[in-house]
Amino acid sequence: MTARKKIVNSFIFLFLSALAIAFLVPIFVVFLNSFKTKFSIVGSPFELPTQETFVGLENYIYGIKTAGLLKAFGLSLFITVSSVVVIVVCCSMTAWYVTRVKTKGTRILYTLFIFSMIVPFQMVMYTMTYTVFQLHLNNPVGIILVYLGFGSGLSVFMLSGFIKSVPIEVEEAAMIDGCSPLQSFFLVVFPILKPTAITVAILNTMWIWNDFLLPYLVLGADKTMPVAIQLTMQGAYGSINWGGFMAMLVIAIIPIVVFYITCQKHIIKGVVAGAVKG
Amino acid sequence: MQKNIRKYFPVFALPTLIAFVVAFLYPFAMGIYLSFTKFTTVENAKFVGFDNYIQAFSDKDFLNALWFTTKFTVVSVLTINIFAFFLAMLLTKAIKGTNLFRSIFFMPNLIGGIVLGYIWNLLINGVLNKYGVDITFAAKYGFWGLVILMNWQMIGYMMIIYIAGLQNIPTDLNEAASIDGANNFQILRHITIPMVMPSITICMFLTITNSFKLFDQNLALTKGAPGKQTAMVALDIYNNFYGRIGWQGIGQAKAVVFFIIVAVIAFVQLWGTRRKEVEH
Repeated sequence: MTARKKIVNSFIFLFLSALAIAFLVPIFVVFLNSFKTKFSIVGSPFELPTQETFVGLENYIYGIKTAGLLKAFGLSLFITVSSVVVIVVCCSMTAWYVTRVKTKGTRILYTLFIFSMIVPFQMVMYTMTYTVFQLHLNNPVGIILVYLGFGSGLSVFMLSGFIKSVPIEVEEAAMIDGCSPLQSFFLVVFPILKPTAITVAILNTMWIWNDFLLPYLVLGADKTMPVAIQLTMQGAYGSINWGGFMAMLVIAIIPIVVFYITCQKHIIKGVVAGAVKG
Repeated sequence: MQKNIRKYFPVFALPTLIAFVVAFLYPFAMGIYLSFTKFTTVENAKFVGFDNYIQAFSDKDFLNALWFTTKFTVVSVLTINIFAFFLAMLLTKAIKGTNLFRSIFFMPNLIGGIVLGYIWNLLINGVLNKYGVDITFAAKYGFWGLVILMNWQMIGYMMIIYIAGLQNIPTDLNEAASIDGANNFQILRHITIPMVMPSITICMFLTITNSFKLFDQNLALTKGAPGKQTAMVALDIYNNFYGRIGWQGIGQAKAVVFFIIVAVIAFVQLWGTRRKEVEH
């Protein structure tokens, strides 16, 4: 029995190893092609670089010099980080407010937040873009407000779910001791919220970093990474520099892989929590 | 205490509320209104009643997109969940390196739709090139390309949720069953699957909504080609707004229909979960 089990387990191990390699192949192929000449990519992506087709870092240099890669990367980073910070701070305050203050208004607001989670983006795509342009929010700072609006549904929902389980006595004690609501929120409540705040931050980071359509419609000349990638491909199919394009894909993937390796535990926990609650 | 906090409304709730109104609430209400009008810009909207809805449902592209999206959703929901469940079963056995395997299978889920679409565009065209065609040659290539892409992206994510469900099953339950003479298949059918039902519901919901609302991957992989045969509903709506002058109203009407379908899926899901919870 145990001998048989051992054999079965080593077969499973072999199978999983093969599958894991198959899962990594697509990323590896892109990485490999980013070091090949632009003419030897389409049509033969699976060929290893040879002496004639290997170009070193040329594609990356092209991407940075001509395709504005660093600018797009920096812009994506700025928008993602500042939006996530704003979302976490504003939404935890709002979540606390709508959970602790029980009025008709807060109940309606909470229901609207939940409602917004099921509305597909295409429903508000055109009218949201119109509103944003009317209010002159169509710039890298204005888009933070837009992300706060779109991110608030899931974030408030998750955070207030957690706040409901926090004993109200702690806050009352703080207020009796002379804390203002602001002080008791930031000194007492917010530290307790930390695990859920991390989950909310991770879910929003993944969404905003990868988001394409919203920045594409709203930002115009300023391009984030996904927008830059899409626009590179939208041009003429024949004249595109595939080498530079591969370098762009690699640079879009690297931060995600680094982010994943450094906070893998939090990410997996956060994604599961987000799924179960959403 | 409530009164005390209430005075702080402008600090605690107002910023989020303003952003929510600007980005979602007002555009949503305006979207409903505009779906009953004919317009090229918001200023020249003219009320036309249900005209847009009638035109939407007589548009061949929209009907094709609905059918294509439904087909795609059914196939990917089935394949993703079966593979993910199978992997989760294997990874909850005592095997070396399970943590590493889990990490690798989950990773594609973090990569954005546009990047995913172009990675698979490169790979699939690389394979099809040997047969002298490419992904835009026939709709079936685009369809299966999207299914493979979606599987690669979502299997790991669903697998993680199934693993969490499987780990909650008390081991003595399985042991008792095997002592009573149940075989592996019977254990799977009568113990494992009923016990992970909550995970199954979550995964079904996530895969259905994610497949149904797919946009970035569709745009990057085929852009709807050949013709508009592989355009899904989200892409079709987008094309009406930004690619077809005079079709904005119809696009908005399609978006409302799209929203209603997604809302119905969500409510059926919620209702199903609630009902099951009562039964327990």
